[in-house]
Amino acid sequence: MINSKIRFSASLFERLWQPGILLTAFVFSIPVLTIASFLFLPTGDIWQHLVDTVLADYLLNSVLLMIGVALGTFSMGVTCAWLTSLCEFPGKKLFIWTLLLPLAMPAYIIAYTYTGMFDFAGPVQTQIRDWTGWGYGDYYFPEVRSLGGAIVMLSLVLYPYVYLLARAAFLEQSVCVIEVSRTLGCNVWTSFYRVALPLARPAIVAGMSLALMETLADYGTVSYFGIGVFTTGIFRTWFGLGDSGAAAKLAAILLLFVFTLVVVERWSRQRAQYHHTTNRYSKLPVYRLTGARALIACIACLMPLLFGFLLPAFQLSLWAIDTYAVMIDSSFYKLVLHTVLLGLSTAVLAVMLALFMAYGKRVLASKLVFASIRVVAIGYAVPGTIIAVGVIIPLTWFDNTLDSYMREQFDISTGLLLSGTLFAVMFAYLVRFLAVSIQSVESGLVKIKPSMDEAARSLGRKPTDILFNVHLPLMKGSVLTALLIVFVDVMKELPATLILRPFNFNTLAVRAFELASDERLADSSSAALMIVVVGLLPVILLSKSIASSRAGS
Amino acid sequence: MTSQLDVEDLEVRYDDYVVLKAISFSLKPGKIGCILGPSGCGKTTVLRAIAGFEPAYGGRILIDRVEVSSRDYCVATEKRNIGMVFQDFALFPHLSVADNVRFGLKSWSSREQKERVQELLAMIGMPAYGQAFPHQLSGGQQQRVALARAMAPRPGILLMDEPFSSMDIDLREQLAREVRNILKQENVTAILVTHDQNEAFALADEICVMNEGRIQQQDSGYNLYHRPANRFVADFIGQGVIIPATVENEHSVRTELGSIEGEVPPGSAKGSLVDVLIRPDDVVHDDSSSDTAIVVEKSFRGADFLYFLRMDSGIEVLCLAPSHHDHKINERIGIRLNVDHLVIFERS
Repeated sequence: MINSKIRFSASLFERLWQPGILLTAFVFSIPVLTIASFLFLPTGDIWQHLVDTVLADYLLNSVLLMIGVALGTFSMGVTCAWLTSLCEFPGKKLFIWTLLLPLAMPAYIIAYTYTGMFDFAGPVQTQIRDWTGWGYGDYYFPEVRSLGGAIVMLSLVLYPYVYLLARAAFLEQSVCVIEVSRTLGCNVWTSFYRVALPLARPAIVAGMSLALMETLADYGTVSYFGIGVFTTGIFRTWFGLGDSGAAAKLAAILLLFVFTLVVVERWSRQRAQYHHTTNRYSKLPVYRLTGARALIACIACLMPLLFGFLLPAFQLSLWAIDTYAVMIDSSFYKLVLHTVLLGLSTAVLAVMLALFMAYGKRVLASKLVFASIRVVAIGYAVPGTIIAVGVIIPLTWFDNTLDSYMREQFDISTGLLLSGTLFAVMFAYLVRFLAVSIQSVESGLVKIKPSMDEAARSLGRKPTDILFNVHLPLMKGSVLTALLIVFVDVMKELPATLILRPFNFNTLAVRAFELASDERLADSSSAALMIVVVGLLPVILLSKSIASSRAGS
Repeated sequence: MTSQLDVEDLEVRYDDYVVLKAISFSLKPGKIGCILGPSGCGKTTVLRAIAGFEPAYGGRILIDRVEVSSRDYCVATEKRNIGMVFQDFALFPHLSVADNVRFGLKSWSSREQKERVQELLAMIGMPAYGQAFPHQLSGGQQQRVALARAMAPRPGILLMDEPFSSMDIDLREQLAREVRNILKQENVTAILVTHDQNEAFALADEICVMNEGRIQQQDSGYNLYHRPANRFVADFIGQGVIIPATVENEHSVRTELGSIEGEVPPGSAKGSLVDVLIRPDDVVHDDSSSDTAIVVEKSFRGADFLYFLRMDSGIEVLCLAPSHHDHKINERIGIRLNVDHLVIFERS
């Protein structure tokens, strides 16, 4: 327990540890603070123009998108979670983990895959016209590139958040409360509506908040479908109208939405902790479904899996088989190399920073460090678009200030030193993904008993020494998981990379998006498929860990 | 002889809550001390303050005459030259037994390390277990490895936090004697924290009884039992009851069961009312005695019976009787007092 008033005979590193953590937290909050400050800054003509013309549309579309995705993820996530936790039907074991697979599918990839399959020139409508002899305008077919289409796309890849948390909540419910409700005259369905669902509500709300954060953060899907929401509005204002202030103001309003979700999510998670009424966990009662009911359960679980993963993955594979001979050339390898290097170096940096902060929290046990980590943890909720704008504004200011100072003093132009470099890109990634690596590292650290630290210190070892000789060997798994998750997240990241990447520097995600935007859907499939395949790795890890987790067993 | 450990007027607080107050004791080199008390009395906090895990709010701690803790000053644990055996042993699961023992010998040459590890493994009777991993060992073996690891760097003082609490009750006393032999062999100065008086008696040279963050009495086990300083110690160590008595003169008091000879505190006026401590072994079962009492309860303990007896005045006493004296509940039996140590408290 370190009290700032006490003189500890600590090494220089230990003395600088707490200030270091505070400084790190501050540096990584700069983008969010920058954007938030625009809420209070005076506005220009372009902002007024936006307010008069498109702001209402952005608001309406964002809200509709959120409502749609909330309903979609809720219905799919809760249904599948209920079926795979409390019912027994053929194929259940397989569904438990395969239902997570859509997590590996970035929304923008599924969006243009479905566009390729279902738009006017796509195989489905062509086939219909061949069979019926109809021509353009003779029949109704739902438009994929619409607000409704975006809702379906996002729901299909985001429902696993709700599924995951709801299923964990159903499994944690003690058997007693469900049995009590049955003795009090509830049947299977009323006990679900009146007991199981309300008990799982905090977890479900938390899962939906996560899905909605991703919805607000999405740029690829809405941009490809041409829907005016905040993220697309920020891009248009920035690149089309060239007004960074107005773009930042839009980002600031989006930030308000995000913070609301963060508050809802944290509040729900806290409430979820108080919902355990008893610690008795016996084997859950299982409703054994047979015949038609079993078939319906199977179909209900198959649909999200089929449309969220299998079908688009199948289509991508077909395209890739057609085009890989042309697409996989030296420039593709360069793309992969860029992506891997960027992902790896960001992941290593993120884990190092996470160890610095999370282990500092453990050793220093100070409230300031605690608060710093909570501040950094907000990053995971902030859309890449916001972070990109929040990174580029201070960096440009820094570059220009330095440049003019150097010109005045030494007649040297330093130009744009940081903005438009990989430094800016990696900084933005760290703002967004540091929270993820801290969370993973912390989950490894808490499993190591404090007496391990104390034993090592009583044997004359310093904290840093202990980290390398005791903690790291004991938490290899968590550290590797943190590396993997950050690596994959970086690989999938689109909007921040689009805004911040150096000229002529591409990643797989950017390239796939560019090709798709140029209507070269088939050509983009090799890069897209690669992202999906690598993205499967953390999903497999996740599915392994949920398969073996059940409170009390 | 100078002392190896001095705790002077130590005070520890958690935020504003006073956990320890006016803790003072010292320990001479090679001695084994024990802090004995009920759970929550602050005994582990004393140990953690000596180890440097908790800062001192007031007073000071000296190890080998060097000040390591005082108000606003706290030497880091790793620089205190202490060893510690933890309640859960805290063996490093990823290291072999030999590497666990070697962990604190970083600055030694590799030859010295190897010799020291071999020496300790031999001492704890596990010379062939160097390459084994902690999870392959029994609880008792893990405990001995934890002890060897803590002793390896020859710490100025060895701290043991409830080291036997996760052991089988039958094994505890035997292990405590084994540990005592090992500590004496290495001439280690050690402090043990426990709530189990049998452990304390088996292992320690000197015992501090603690309650509510304060030291109640510091003495040998024999004296704690026979000359408790206050009612808490009398109650906590061993069994017994407190019965009323009247001072007769400087050398005796009168109770319902007759007079007890012994030292009466000076200043107690003749005829004043006091309380005296009566241990079960102070009350002897004697069929020929004119004093009798009724058996209220009895518990069979193998070699003897512990009888709960009620006298005619309603006062209850305990009596230890050989086990062939098997009396029934509600039976009236003869008793007499045979008190070696008169323990008097002021009337509460």
